[in-house]
Amino acid sequence: MAALLTTLFLPLLGAFALLFIDKTALRGIKVTALAISLLTFLASVVLFMQFDQSEAGFQFVINQTWISSLDAGFRIGVDGMSMLLLLLTTLIMPVAILTSFNSIKKNDKLYYAMLLLLQAGMTGVFVALDTFLFYVFWEVILIPMYFIIGVWGGKNRIYAAVKFFIYTMAGSLLMLLAIIWLGFHGDPQSGKFTADLMALRDVGPRIPFDIQQWLFLAFALSFAIKVPLFPVHTWLPDAHVQAPTAGSVILAGVMLKLGTYGLIRFNLELFPQSSHYYADFFCILSVIGIIYGALVAMAQSDIKKLVAYSSVSHMGFIVLGIFSMNSEGLQGAIIQMVNHGLSTGMLFLCVGVLYERRHTRELKDYGGVMSVMPKFGILFGIAMLASVGLPGLNGFVGEFLTLLGAYTSPALDTPWYAVLSASGVILAAVYLLKMYNGVVFGVNDKAENQSLPDLTRSEMWQLVPLAVCCFWIGLFPAGFLKVSAPSTAALVNKIEGLRADDHNYGQELLLPDAAEALAEQGAAHPD
Amino acid sequence: MEHDFASELLAALPLLLISFLAISSIVVDALVKNSQEITFRYALFGLMAVGVVAALSIFDERAVIFSGMITTGGYASYFDVLFALGGVLTLLAARPYLRSRNYELDEFYSLMLYAVAGMMLMAHANHLLIVFIGIEIMSIVFYVLSGYLRSSTFSVEAALKYFLLGAFASGFLVYGMALVYGASGTMEYGAIQESLAQGTEFPTLLLIGIGLIIVGLSFKVAAFPFHLWVPDVYQGAPTVVTGFMSTAGKAAAFAAFIPVMDVLMPGQDAITIQTLLAIIAGASMLYGNIAAVAQTKVKRMLAYSSVAHAGYIMMGIVAGSPQGKSAAMFYLASYLFMQLGAFVVIGLLERENNSDSDEVYTGLARRHPVMAAMMAVFMFSLTGIPPLAGFFGKYYLFVATIEAGYTWLTIVGVISSVVSVYFYLGLVVTMYFRETEGADSSVGEAHSLKPGLAGLSLLFTTIGVFLLGILPFLVVKVTDALAGS
Repeated sequence: MAALLTTLFLPLLGAFALLFIDKTALRGIKVTALAISLLTFLASVVLFMQFDQSEAGFQFVINQTWISSLDAGFRIGVDGMSMLLLLLTTLIMPVAILTSFNSIKKNDKLYYAMLLLLQAGMTGVFVALDTFLFYVFWEVILIPMYFIIGVWGGKNRIYAAVKFFIYTMAGSLLMLLAIIWLGFHGDPQSGKFTADLMALRDVGPRIPFDIQQWLFLAFALSFAIKVPLFPVHTWLPDAHVQAPTAGSVILAGVMLKLGTYGLIRFNLELFPQSSHYYADFFCILSVIGIIYGALVAMAQSDIKKLVAYSSVSHMGFIVLGIFSMNSEGLQGAIIQMVNHGLSTGMLFLCVGVLYERRHTRELKDYGGVMSVMPKFGILFGIAMLASVGLPGLNGFVGEFLTLLGAYTSPALDTPWYAVLSASGVILAAVYLLKMYNGVVFGVNDKAENQSLPDLTRSEMWQLVPLAVCCFWIGLFPAGFLKVSAPSTAALVNKIEGLRADDHNYGQELLLPDAAEALAEQGAAHPD
Repeated sequence: MEHDFASELLAALPLLLISFLAISSIVVDALVKNSQEITFRYALFGLMAVGVVAALSIFDERAVIFSGMITTGGYASYFDVLFALGGVLTLLAARPYLRSRNYELDEFYSLMLYAVAGMMLMAHANHLLIVFIGIEIMSIVFYVLSGYLRSSTFSVEAALKYFLLGAFASGFLVYGMALVYGASGTMEYGAIQESLAQGTEFPTLLLIGIGLIIVGLSFKVAAFPFHLWVPDVYQGAPTVVTGFMSTAGKAAAFAAFIPVMDVLMPGQDAITIQTLLAIIAGASMLYGNIAAVAQTKVKRMLAYSSVAHAGYIMMGIVAGSPQGKSAAMFYLASYLFMQLGAFVVIGLLERENNSDSDEVYTGLARRHPVMAAMMAVFMFSLTGIPPLAGFFGKYYLFVATIEAGYTWLTIVGVISSVVSVYFYLGLVVTMYFRETEGADSSVGEAHSLKPGLAGLSLLFTTIGVFLLGILPFLVVKVTDALAGS
């Protein structure tokens, strides 16, 4: 429990502490920020050691009432799914901080404070077990990211930052409505308002379908914007291209996962009937996203934009896995979240490395970099291949599982989603290899590229740990899949159980009478 | 309930104290020459004392005294504290502001005391006439304060506009009260309630009367479509006064609005009245936020946003439940901190640059990092971003409104909130993301700004915004208890 609280609050305290350091002491600021993020990583590793991997439910649960009249509480805990994403967050943050050391040249104090605040917010989203608390963390994330893009971003940063903020805010305010509406269903007997997710988890499926589907859609829209799912993805390329490297790494590495995590935690868990009902809809959108993202990525000449659109494509696989609603699909989605964080994070770091040296992101300005930057060539290659989904690297495991899930899913009941999405894998190979080829291979014929320095020690420290993780997951996926297996199994059981309860599943609404009957049943046979 | 006179006096202590202070401050003013220093302290410490006395009586039981004219106890005391707090924070900011403009006349501080006295009377009213007297005391002071900068045409225009429109609104209000009196035969809250419960012979007259009262009070809270005075007055009035008017003034109008609607709403036309209020609330939120997008001046933007916030708070009245009331009371407290804080910053910048041009915001973060950070906090809080006061207030209002069955109104609220993101963020963009052009960047640094007492006011408002956001239960506990009784 101490480890969980440390993981959550250390970055927040760190952000505070930074404000009291003299703003000219640049070295001190950077070292403090890095030290705090490393300590947080350590805390999360300790947390992982204490974590019981055979347990499906939430562990290290803290349940403190915060605002009693609205039954909002400080309720946190982790299960298998959030554990992995928590580790991903704490791993990516030190890398993001390290990569900013040379590239951030103004207002350092505020910058690192914002990064740490961002980390606290993201961690909070992954561990919150209370809808009110969840929303607080969800929104807290907006502010630091908004500043990171807006203050330290590229030329068009204001447009990108404002677009990012408004898109996300529009989605999340609808979610806020849904959270409140949901709160009134927390206790069917007394009708007392609650924000306790543990209570809501059980009653969610009993909400009449006509109400449930609105709640489902409100949550889903908010998460879809964050993922981002086609057609609400348009903020992402702007945000990615304008954000500083660290911003892009965090955005791709962790923030997009908040959306997919929310889809699992709220949409699937609370509204299984609606999830079934809308599964096809979301799978169609993901397939469009997969193919559309890949096609647009293929047409890019700007490397960063290319990686950004590849994100749209790759996140589609995750949503597809989620709405397969079987254990292969869900497990694949979760491991793919981690994979995408690692490989796309690396890709953005590599783009950052190039940009640092040449101040251009145009594909045509590069070529034959391998001859002067061999270390870079290798690590960039690993990132690229991991992203393509080469067997032996992590991307393969996730994509394979999600496609398998979609193929065998009884909820989707057609192999076509898997078949169409598989073309996304092929397209990914095309555009990523084209990018890699254009940068690394060929003849180094540009004068400016003749004497590019290879990776510095700091850059090696950023890329190598992530590359190691890529291999680790790729070669020994079982160890990682095991962590989230009990939790996903429980979720799939819950969904399947509800399906068995209701023969007209997916169409028929659970009317209040039916809900009552169900409640009585539950009382008569407590599991 | 029988009270002896002495205990009645004791219960009315905050009200008596402020009245005494307000009247005596004129005497002080008259006796001492160049009395700014003394009247300032007199008003400041006087208001603090009123706040403390009121805070001590916040858990007192509600009592009706002075032949049914005045109510005392929790609800009124809560607002007394708000008004005193708003007064103190404004005074702190006003002194340096007025001095820098060479307009520090001693009357200012007595007028502030009078304004607070009027507000407190509104919160304590148990009789329609007392509401009217309170509103008039407050409004007349505001008319004067709006035109306080006599040499500025904007200020004078603001005063005149406010006065003319305000007089009309007062007319509506009195007319409405007369009709309600005609229908119920009384003006005392309890008696009106009884009389309406038995039914009235003149339902149409009553409904028109209630409608007119709503018009009059909506004018005072600055709700659409009775908001026309707001932008010009907020822009023209001295900035510190605007801050005070838009927060404590709004709180006072709502302090009167909530119990009046409590009395008048039940009855056969409850649904009609509720719908009317809901429409006013929804239109205020939408119009205020959409119109604010088009503004180029920060003060005008905040003026329109204040219309929108009147709409949000009105949702609490529409809900009609104890929860709704409690949410509105909480929101008024958080609004006091965030809006007043924003105006203190605006006042400081005006002082620094001797102009109210909005250029001063460009790159403010570089010149005054602390002030820019505080302004950003106020803007984020007004947008409703957690963990700041504005978010929890909005959340609580939405909860109450959904519970009352007005889901469509919350949807309107949410949509208008999305719109509001644009202009609140716009200011943050200007402060943080835009850089001043090379040559200009040194201009701000040339004359350093000494915020003085205004800094203190700013510090308190910032703390308030965070405190109410992170530990809202401190206040919610109180408002819940008071709204329930």
